[in-house]
Amino acid sequence: MSRVFVAMSGGVDSSVAAALLAERGEDVVGVWMRLVPAGHDAGAPRCCGTDEAGEDARRAAGVLGIPFYALDYADVFGRSVVDRFVRSYAAGETPNPCVACNRHVKFEALLRDVVAKFGADRLATGHYARVAHDGARHRLLRAADAAKDQSYALYMLGQRELARLALPVGELADKAETRRIAARFGLPTAAKPDSMDVCFIGGDYRDFVRARAPEAFRPGPVERADGTVVGAHAGIGTLTVGQRSGVGVATGERVYVLRLDLDRRAAVVGTREEVAATTYEVRDVSFTGSAPDERFRTEAVLRYRGTPLGGWVDVRADGATLELDAPALVAPGQAVVWYDGDEVVGGGTIARPRH
Amino acid sequence: MKRVYLDHAATTPVDPEVAEAMARVHRDVHGNASSIHAEGRAARAIVDEARERVAAVIGAEPSEIIFTGGGTEADNLALRGVLKAHRGERDGLVTSAIEHHAVLDTAHDLEREGVRVAVVGVDATGRVDPRAVAGAIDGRTALVSVMAASNEIGALQPIREIGAICRERGVVFHSDAVQAVGAVPFDVRELPVDLVSLNAHKLHGPKGVGALYVRRGTRLATVQTGGGQEKGRRAGTENVAGIAALGLVMRLAGERRERESVRQAALRDRIIDGVLARVPDASLTGHRTERLPNNASFVFRGADGPSLVMALDLEGFAVSSGSACTSGDTAPSHVLLALGLDAETAKGSLRVTVGRATTSGDVAAFLAALPPIVARIRGAAAVPA
Repeated sequence: MSRVFVAMSGGVDSSVAAALLAERGEDVVGVWMRLVPAGHDAGAPRCCGTDEAGEDARRAAGVLGIPFYALDYADVFGRSVVDRFVRSYAAGETPNPCVACNRHVKFEALLRDVVAKFGADRLATGHYARVAHDGARHRLLRAADAAKDQSYALYMLGQRELARLALPVGELADKAETRRIAARFGLPTAAKPDSMDVCFIGGDYRDFVRARAPEAFRPGPVERADGTVVGAHAGIGTLTVGQRSGVGVATGERVYVLRLDLDRRAAVVGTREEVAATTYEVRDVSFTGSAPDERFRTEAVLRYRGTPLGGWVDVRADGATLELDAPALVAPGQAVVWYDGDEVVGGGTIARPRH
Repeated sequence: MKRVYLDHAATTPVDPEVAEAMARVHRDVHGNASSIHAEGRAARAIVDEARERVAAVIGAEPSEIIFTGGGTEADNLALRGVLKAHRGERDGLVTSAIEHHAVLDTAHDLEREGVRVAVVGVDATGRVDPRAVAGAIDGRTALVSVMAASNEIGALQPIREIGAICRERGVVFHSDAVQAVGAVPFDVRELPVDLVSLNAHKLHGPKGVGALYVRRGTRLATVQTGGGQEKGRRAGTENVAGIAALGLVMRLAGERRERESVRQAALRDRIIDGVLARVPDASLTGHRTERLPNNASFVFRGADGPSLVMALDLEGFAVSSGSACTSGDTAPSHVLLALGLDAETAKGSLRVTVGRATTSGDVAAFLAALPPIVARIRGAAAVPA
């Protein structure tokens, strides 16, 4: 029988994913990923203790009667998610840590271990998205419940990953159904609230970044595109391209962050018309299947649960150019995901707007 | 799936005879051993009999046995009780780098209270050098604590020599012997040891009950106060069924030790020879001969221990990586680091410990299952992240 590992976070979605697979009679193994190092001071649990989320996952696995293990990915998570997150903010970008985690940790390090180390066939997660296995082709689709859809954060998956992926909760009608199923299985996570924040940061992300990249929190000038200084800001790390608030400008005009000049620590602001662009460079481009035509029509989603925007993509060897039908505000570092109807075609990282 | 349990150093299955004896106590004897009435006397009789049995197995007097809630509590009572009794006179504690956390963490906790702690290292086979202990003892040393056998690597320690040094220097000597008693000869009439920690669950008894042997005349202050049980040295209503079980466990271990340790050592040697022959780049940890009869422990360079344990579990084998730990935290074992292994090598540790029910068929099945798993995990680890 084929064996499937389920990445269990301790939340209701991944618990239900495990439950649904176990109910189908599959050989299910639950794993919880340690993403931040266990404490080593005297008060920290050293042996036989995970943190609270790990304990929730363990209890859920116990209720389901499936084997359960905690695996340590703190190293790779620290390097590929946390460090990048800090560097990205310090460089004036707006990173998406969930995308980085999916790319480097869940669907690279974990998936590789699941297959190569533990000899399993598939990996399942609690993401709200669907995988359609049409013969040799594996397609990534929006969740049945559009309101919960998380396919945006999975765009980096290719055929190799999709072939081994199971996303059972993406088939459910809505979150209420997920909770009903959790209750039916007696899962202790049934009523657990959804997590919203960046998982590795307790409070304000700015404090987190400041502690690790203090140089990004030195004040600098706020300028208009023509060089006129109109105010001061508290640091590049506090700013997001495209944002309206947080800029110390008192012109009475609605201005947005247009770009960040790292060398001079300057923030350039402008009106919505100045800031919103139609053309964006995209780096780290990937496709879920074989690469489409050099130029293709798409619906681009520029933020988690964002509205799809019509446009064209020009694919090159080293990236792509996104040309939107209408101007939009996007921060560099964010992911752009290209859809064809409900299917994820691919995506990449927004580099910088071209004016 | 048929399970093969090879993790007896973590804990052992309860002997059916012991389980039955405990059930009998729970069913028939409900008194408090401190009560005056018939029910109380019945409970007291059971506790007394168990104390005699435990004492007899290690050559002690019954009055020298304090029942505790397990080996960790016995270690805590020994360290804290002796240091407390010497307060104002001596404030030094000498221990070894390969102790169980029950000793090491207690030592470090005492350090925060002002106790001077000296930790002596071990050689590459995991043995404490008695001369190093002698060198660490000074005029302020109150207690030396060195385990009788390592729970992780099975290395037997020269406690006779260490004890002799302690005698000569007038220092109290404690030994955590939870892995050793019942496995190797252990008699306090001929071993110069003043306090000994024991427990039931390493010897096919229940968890949560143990004992501390305290040689008559050893100064030990009370750590757990309350109703004055155990002659005021360990307060708390006696765990009558658990104590009965400990008594029986020790009696059975005493009766079976000689035959069983020879049988287990043969299985252990088959595991050691088989693993070293079949798995490339595998090393034995601990001493080749001076080791517990049931312990085979290894490091496999390039394979991480927790992954090995997990993969073996999924194929029906229960083993461990060093000590019992399920936290997903892959910090290398302090014991393996103390041997001088580098952190990367130490992460590839695997401990295989046999028990009374282990058969040669179990060993053969394990030896067949292990090599491909090690190869697979090494192969996966070699792929760059």
